[in-house]
Amino acid sequence: MENSEYVLEVKEMEKFFPGVKALDSVSLRVKQGTVHALMGENGAGKSTLMKCVYGIYSPDKGSILINGSKVSISNPKNAMDLGISMIHQELHPVRPQNVSENIFLGRIPYVKKMGIHWVDHQKLINETKEVFNKIGLTIDPKQKVSELSSAYCQLLEIARAVSIGARIIIMDEPTSSLTETETEILFKIIKQLKTENVAIIYISHKIDEILQISDDITIMRDGKNVGTWKASETTTDSIVSKMVGREMSNRFPPKSHKPGTEFLRVEGMTSTNPYSFQDISFTVRKGEIFGIGGLVGSQRSELIEAIFGLREISKGTIHINGREIVIKKPRDAIKNGMALLTEDRRKTGIIGSSSVVDNTLIVQQNVNPKEFSRKGLHFIDYKKRNAAAQKYVDILSIKTPALKTIIQSLSGGTQQKVLLGRWLLTQPDILILDEPTRGIDVGAKYEIYELMEEMARNGKCVIMISSEMPELMGMSDRIMVMCEGHMSGILEESEVTDEKIMLLASTYKDIREEI
Amino acid sequence: MKKKSISKYVVDYILYICLVFMIIIIAVISPSFISVRVLSDVLIQSAPKILLAMGMLVVIIAGGMDMTVGRLAGLGAVISGTLAQQAAYYLKFWVSLPELPIWIPIAVSIIVGLVMGAITGVIISEYKVPAFLAGLGMQMIIYGANLLFLKKAPNNSQPLAGFKETFLKFGTGSIFGVSYLIIVAFVVMIFIFILLNMTTLGKNIYATGGNREAAKVAGINVFKVDMFVYMLSGALAALAGCMIAARTGSATATYAEGYEMDAIASCIIGGASFAGGIGNVPGAFLGVIIFSVINYGLTFVGLSSYWQYIVKGLIIIVAVALDMRKYASNK
Repeated sequence: MENSEYVLEVKEMEKFFPGVKALDSVSLRVKQGTVHALMGENGAGKSTLMKCVYGIYSPDKGSILINGSKVSISNPKNAMDLGISMIHQELHPVRPQNVSENIFLGRIPYVKKMGIHWVDHQKLINETKEVFNKIGLTIDPKQKVSELSSAYCQLLEIARAVSIGARIIIMDEPTSSLTETETEILFKIIKQLKTENVAIIYISHKIDEILQISDDITIMRDGKNVGTWKASETTTDSIVSKMVGREMSNRFPPKSHKPGTEFLRVEGMTSTNPYSFQDISFTVRKGEIFGIGGLVGSQRSELIEAIFGLREISKGTIHINGREIVIKKPRDAIKNGMALLTEDRRKTGIIGSSSVVDNTLIVQQNVNPKEFSRKGLHFIDYKKRNAAAQKYVDILSIKTPALKTIIQSLSGGTQQKVLLGRWLLTQPDILILDEPTRGIDVGAKYEIYELMEEMARNGKCVIMISSEMPELMGMSDRIMVMCEGHMSGILEESEVTDEKIMLLASTYKDIREEI
Repeated sequence: MKKKSISKYVVDYILYICLVFMIIIIAVISPSFISVRVLSDVLIQSAPKILLAMGMLVVIIAGGMDMTVGRLAGLGAVISGTLAQQAAYYLKFWVSLPELPIWIPIAVSIIVGLVMGAITGVIISEYKVPAFLAGLGMQMIIYGANLLFLKKAPNNSQPLAGFKETFLKFGTGSIFGVSYLIIVAFVVMIFIFILLNMTTLGKNIYATGGNREAAKVAGINVFKVDMFVYMLSGALAALAGCMIAARTGSATATYAEGYEMDAIASCIIGGASFAGGIGNVPGAFLGVIIFSVINYGLTFVGLSSYWQYIVKGLIIIVAVALDMRKYASNK
């Protein structure tokens, strides 16, 4: 079986999505019994590459070799049969079952008596224990999965992969929701797996972790493979510069705005949830683009959702233009000139089954129904609605066949522009954008940047959360970096570097442990 | 290309095609089906069901489901029945009650419907009980309360009768040859149509059902929307109960039993989506009419009325399967 040095080889893989080349002739070689880290900014193509390997996406070009022989993988079942397992970022364990049933889901051992398959409980428990011994995990096989923390659910997934006989385990951001102690347990298990000759592909943003655990590091950028290095030969600095190393000249519109006087003041915002944001204070000036950076789990979205009245706070005040305002629900925020473009377009943005015009009008017609109704009776005036929607379709050059087109049939970038139109219609003073360019094509991205510029030029506050470092650096006047629910610093444009952001994003030590 | 568009038309207008097809078959077997009297009978029979379906439609569009409407109509029938009896009737429910003007029994029923709808709404929206289960619980409670109410001495669970002339006229009379019940049903449909298509509230109902979380972000008070739709549905159900009592001249707790299922089915075959955010008045209306034509038509052509269940079942499944294909092809 082991006749090749590389357990997994990916050759010149290409994958197109509408408007983007997600993978551009990417090759990857993974040795058995090693941890191979895959790094890159969000959108660099790491996850896409792994999804191609795991059979979730089908690549448009390229081949996959396992132990030197070419294989075709068209779905995850294929991949599992070939010994590839993937531990997803978000886990969906079958909660009410116990640990051993979960591990042997779909493969429960049985004895056949009287033509009926009876569960062989003894064998189930024994085999589970065997797997746990192999990777050095100590969980009671009879424990209910619902009683386990999310970290242990993750380890359970790994155990399942091992029990299936996986030779290659892909881990996508495995530590994003783990505490430090939990991470250490994970690392111990990874080391154990290495001695069992299992290869691990480890996707992560956390550089110190990568340097600690991995043997080889492959860095991707814009869907291309930048190169592969031995972990022992790299440093944090060299990784960061390779990840970022790109011309930033014309990806962003020229800066034409100038911050003025203070407009928004947020003080001491603290969530009711002790694991969420704590004591955050910042100010935003008129005509400023204020960036918020941080890693997954830094509670940035939670913070701005609280400012917008979507989440509860235990304390904290908000001043707009020197006047204290109380925001209990989104309507209060909207009436005070705020607008929030949420992170998850599908979940909290579009009304999928409604038309472009209905999606555009949803906020403004609710806040100010008179604007769109006939005189006297409060019946909707379709002419006024259509005119308002058409105005923003034109301004934002939204590519839709018609105003009454159902929004979910449009591309992600177009949907995003419709949502922007929705908020621009309310003429906000404070425009909050949470990952505004996630999952949209390059052209639409530039248009959104231009729009932000214009808003700032007109003296509005723009707050942008972004996980894309270049975007954050290219657009913001100041950047607040958060880590684990705390503010770890605010950087002025003049002093901003990738390294500083990276450092701040990962410095605030996990205080949960100390509480 | 041409062929494709024809099949698309078939899928889009399957309801109309079904209805026309059914009427043709019934008319061929028994030509007297096509007469003003028969068609008006079909409509009169449908009238209370149209009210239930309209209430249900609004709830389904808002992303919910109201399982209480059948029992609530039964309660509406009983309450209005007790208040609409003749003064001289020997088995009066409220022994010493004078004869009341006709609007009082109807108004009281509607108020009870509003209150019940509000309770259902709070249970679903505030206490997050899944709509189906909340409805199931409320349905049982309403039925039990209704039975207990009817048991009150001296009535002792007798069906109510002896309604006064004006109340019976509301159920059986007509103006310019159009039954009052048909008029009420059409007024309600027009009201719901205007609500859904011409008011901001209607747009908010669609948005809440289409994507509840997004609606919240957009500043819509989804609790208010929930309360409104369940109260509206409750009021319409109670009014429908009054109509049934007035038409049949009697009332008892088992009236309108299981009508909520017909109402749901009418909305769904009329194009409403259980996921919320989708649905329209003409579709739901057509759904009701199709079921009524099956009911009436099958007995008209001399088939056992038991067949209606099989035919209805098939229509629901075929209609929804076709609808699913429509969405699948859009993807």
